[in-house]
Amino acid sequence: MNKILLIIQREYLIRVKKKSFIVMTFLGPVLMASLFIIPVYLAQIKDSDVKKIAVIDETDIYQSTFQDSESYHYEHLRMSLDSAKSRLPEMDYYALLYIPATKVVLPENAVIYSTKQATLDVRNHLRNLMKQRIESLKLEASGIDKETLNATRANINLTSIKLDESGGEEKSYAEVAMGVGFISALIIYFFIFMFGSQVMRGVIEEKTSRIVEVIVSSVRPFQLMMGKILGIALVGLTQILLWVVLTFGIYTAFAGFYSDTLDMKAQQERIMTQQNSMTSVLGAQQQEAENTEAINPQVNKVFDIINSINFGVIIGSFLFFFLGGYLMYSALFAAIGSAVDNETDTQQFMLPITAPLILAIIVAQFVIQNPEGPLAFWFSIIPLTSPVIMMIRIPFGVPTFDMILSMTLLIAAFIATTWLAGKIYRTGILMYGKKVDYREIWKWIKHRNY
Amino acid sequence: MDFLVANDISKQFINHRALNSVSISVPEQSIFGLLGPNGAGKTTLIRIINQITAPDSGTVFMNGQRLRPGHVAQIGYLPEERGLYRKMKVGEQAMYLAQLKDVPRKEAHRRLKAWFKKFDIDTWWDKKVEELSKGMQQKIQFITTILHNPKLLIFDEPFSGFDPINANILKEEILKLREEGATVIFSTHNMESVEVLCDHIALIHNANKILDGEMKTIKKAYSNNTFTTRLTHLKGSLRAELHADFNILETHQADDHLQAKIHVEAPATPNDLVRNLMQIGEINSFNEVIPSMNDIFIRNVQENNLIQQS
Repeated sequence: MNKILLIIQREYLIRVKKKSFIVMTFLGPVLMASLFIIPVYLAQIKDSDVKKIAVIDETDIYQSTFQDSESYHYEHLRMSLDSAKSRLPEMDYYALLYIPATKVVLPENAVIYSTKQATLDVRNHLRNLMKQRIESLKLEASGIDKETLNATRANINLTSIKLDESGGEEKSYAEVAMGVGFISALIIYFFIFMFGSQVMRGVIEEKTSRIVEVIVSSVRPFQLMMGKILGIALVGLTQILLWVVLTFGIYTAFAGFYSDTLDMKAQQERIMTQQNSMTSVLGAQQQEAENTEAINPQVNKVFDIINSINFGVIIGSFLFFFLGGYLMYSALFAAIGSAVDNETDTQQFMLPITAPLILAIIVAQFVIQNPEGPLAFWFSIIPLTSPVIMMIRIPFGVPTFDMILSMTLLIAAFIATTWLAGKIYRTGILMYGKKVDYREIWKWIKHRNY
Repeated sequence: MDFLVANDISKQFINHRALNSVSISVPEQSIFGLLGPNGAGKTTLIRIINQITAPDSGTVFMNGQRLRPGHVAQIGYLPEERGLYRKMKVGEQAMYLAQLKDVPRKEAHRRLKAWFKKFDIDTWWDKKVEELSKGMQQKIQFITTILHNPKLLIFDEPFSGFDPINANILKEEILKLREEGATVIFSTHNMESVEVLCDHIALIHNANKILDGEMKTIKKAYSNNTFTTRLTHLKGSLRAELHADFNILETHQADDHLQAKIHVEAPATPNDLVRNLMQIGEINSFNEVIPSMNDIFIRNVQENNLIQQS
């Protein structure tokens, strides 16, 4: 047992100290955090840039339409279009909006002149303003009061509430559950591949560098294999942990930095107080919730979404299914590594391993539409696909029976593949210069003694 | 007393029989040569002693006890297919291998430093293995093989890949280790080193042991009563004067002397031959022809092949 710890320690340290690990560890969270940060940051930039727009309105209908805002500043020019056009390059305007006079109909045509190509944003903005003005004029003309029209507008809020077995109620957000499920399934898929092939490459390295016979004269081949698998599992867990911590850290730092302009803190505080008031009055909880929804639907929604994700269950099952799936597959990866002399020979044996994983990702897209269907059930029970498919189902809520069955089978499968891989491994690692095929491997498995 | 005894070891692989009821006894503090052509089964026997593979039948005893997993800490093994982790630092790697052999961390560090000093390779400690030449790596491998002071050392083709200088250092270290009490099993094709080093040998061919024993005894058995002699001042023809009990195998006539290889047929003795030769000329030299291990090896393997063919 002491020796297996030594092997785990070596496998772990050698990888954690690698440059590529350190680079990945820091680059991963930066990429992930930038997914949140860059849109916000870009929004910031846009706000600070005020565009000056000259307007020549020959109809005089739009006098009050173009009001200065944070991003736009308007000036009405009293000059002919030709002189304005000729002087546009020397004047400090982003664009010139020309609305020609009309005789009978309402002026619905306009032209934008600019030295640079006017952006879609600017064009949409101006078009909307004009559209609103014309619409209200048309309403007036047909005798419909604007308020009457507004009163006829309806906004449907469909809140979906999930009832659990004990009768409790929980708002469900299918889109969020989908997102969380799919992302964690995808991460499990990538990690099984990434760390599984690290196990395989490690075994091949030991074989090609010819150190393996020295090692197995001190430890049993099975110990060497398990030590490698467990050491790399720890590397994977370290990577995940660092990513979570760093991503959260970067995001928090960024959010804090921009908190004034984004008013993040105020929002969070409001959420906190609402939460307190909600939980303090247990009986009237539902009603309170509805009230607050009416008061501030936006904030309430954010709060509800965050609450609807059961982080404890998701993180716990993520770790279980990541480890279970990884241990099951990496034993097979180790067996492949032991059977070949170099990485190029691995191709023919990779298919049976990669096929179920890729199938799982394909099936995932259907499971996400119907997480309770028979497809979802079977693929989340069969161990070869369960680590990926179960992660998709979990955010939607999984019956306890399914969960226990899936977990038990995964553990059983991990023990079975490890036992099988151990038999291949102990023969394979000492076999050099032999072209190995499936029949040969089957003989190794059947052979009672090594 | 025999330090290592292997009794009736048989091992069947999927496609061929590697060992067929092979027994060897390795006396304590001796150097035991395990000889045989490629694919004879030597490496399989060595792996069985190292508990890397298990025999189908037969038992191995070490120091009187049946072989068990704990014994690996007393065995130092330098396999034929050997190497090191290329990306790992030399010192770190040696420490790791020593700890796998149950040497405590501190003790491993102390012993390694001493060995590195002795081989004058202190500066290699923090180098990566891939920066070292093959010969340098062999030195590290040798150190890691013996660092845990094993009572039994097993070298499989230890001299392959060594330059003559390092091969000589290795040879001397092996002899020194025996003096200090270690028992050495040593598998090789290099018959010259067998002559220099081995006390006992066993010859394995096609999964069977075909010859074993003390080297002196074996050589004696194969010495065959043949002598070479150099004569000067010949009084007549050797062929005419020599007694019928003596069979001339070859002669070589030089300017002033005659060289001859003569077989003594029993019941005549070498002394009879000397007396006979004294009458023919002046004896400059008289030596028994001792067959080389190389000759014995080839002769046995070929004879064995003939038996198997018939």
